[in-house]
Amino acid sequence: MQVPILKQGAFLVAVIQSALTDADIVQLRDAIVSKVGHFRSRGVIIDVTALDVMDSFATGTLQDIAHMVRLRGAETVIVGIQPDVAFAMVHMGLTLEGVTTKLDLEEGLDHLERARPATSDR
Amino acid sequence: MTLTDLRKESKPAPESTAALLRELVSHLASNRTQLREEWIRRITEARLLQAMTKEEIFAEATSVYDSYVEALETRTLESLQAYAQNLSERIIPRGVDTHEVVGIVLLLRDVLARSLFSKYPSGILNDVMDAYEPAANAIALTVAVGFVRERERIIREQQEAIRELSTPVLQVRERLLILPIIGVIDPLRARQLTEQLLRGIRANRAKLVVIDITGVAAMDATVANHLVLTVESARLLGARVIVTGLSPEIAQTLVNIGVDLGKMNTVGDLQGGIEEAERLLGFKVIPMGESAPA
Repeated sequence: MQVPILKQGAFLVAVIQSALTDADIVQLRDAIVSKVGHFRSRGVIIDVTALDVMDSFATGTLQDIAHMVRLRGAETVIVGIQPDVAFAMVHMGLTLEGVTTKLDLEEGLDHLERARPATSDR
Repeated sequence: MTLTDLRKESKPAPESTAALLRELVSHLASNRTQLREEWIRRITEARLLQAMTKEEIFAEATSVYDSYVEALETRTLESLQAYAQNLSERIIPRGVDTHEVVGIVLLLRDVLARSLFSKYPSGILNDVMDAYEPAANAIALTVAVGFVRERERIIREQQEAIRELSTPVLQVRERLLILPIIGVIDPLRARQLTEQLLRGIRANRAKLVVIDITGVAAMDATVANHLVLTVESARLLGARVIVTGLSPEIAQTLVNIGVDLGKMNTVGDLQGGIEEAERLLGFKVIPMGESAPA
């Protein structure tokens, strides 16, 4: 189940629409890292609103994505974590340490605009 | 079959118990007015049901008496249970206490028993009481249990209401929430708090939350950890948390248990916390010239 990754100016937006298998998550990681290089994006937003469960593999891979994307000069923002999911995650010790998290897509884009202002016209 | 015939038997057979009960019921029904008066007199003498007026006591006494006799007659308790539930719902808000309800049922039992003592000669009295006692006990129990259950239900509802009241999540500015915590936090309340806060963050699109614990007297390691978890889960929803109002004792506890204070932004008091939050949100409060107090 491929996650659509859309280009929004200098940023990429990946909207997860249903539960993902471990293989899907790995595929998403590879697709994002590849596209960041291809489009020379400054930021990536991953929207997890549709997920009502986040296990350790998912959180670990999201952290990997953030690290790999940073190595390519871009910032990752995770948005849309549901209240129940957030509650469960912290109780299991999955805190997404070091990864920026915002409430929703609007907040995520706002954050990226401020954090990574354009240095030239794209 | 009359009671004189029954006297001839050494031990009552089951049908005769039924016959005895029918006899009793007809006695109690035909002497209804006088026995009910006697009961009400004893209720007043024992100073029970003082929260109710004379008319109310008379009305309820009549209903209870009739239900009692009906239960004896039909030997089923459903309608009595339903009546006990209904009665409890009506009188508990009036402030009628458990001991009063149990008291009046036992008084009725007593009034009726004495009436049976005076009517039936000692020879047959044992058999009569054998028929009456189990039924009367079942009735007293049904009414008492019905009353207590209703009270427990009300207490549970009130506790739930108090819980909700105690943890309001308040929006004081665009994107800024305040969560004032007062009283004792147990793990259940801590969990409720967190859930309410997260829902509030999402509903109000809050970027900042000030959690004020001035009203929390003491905090143990478990609760301190819950607080840290609350701060972390708020972060996952994109909100920063400032904790204010830590007493010296609580500050000491947090240090002693080694809470990672890097994860928690703290400010001394609520005012300081709100000012810091406003600053972070880009607000500046400017007095409006002479009219503003210093």
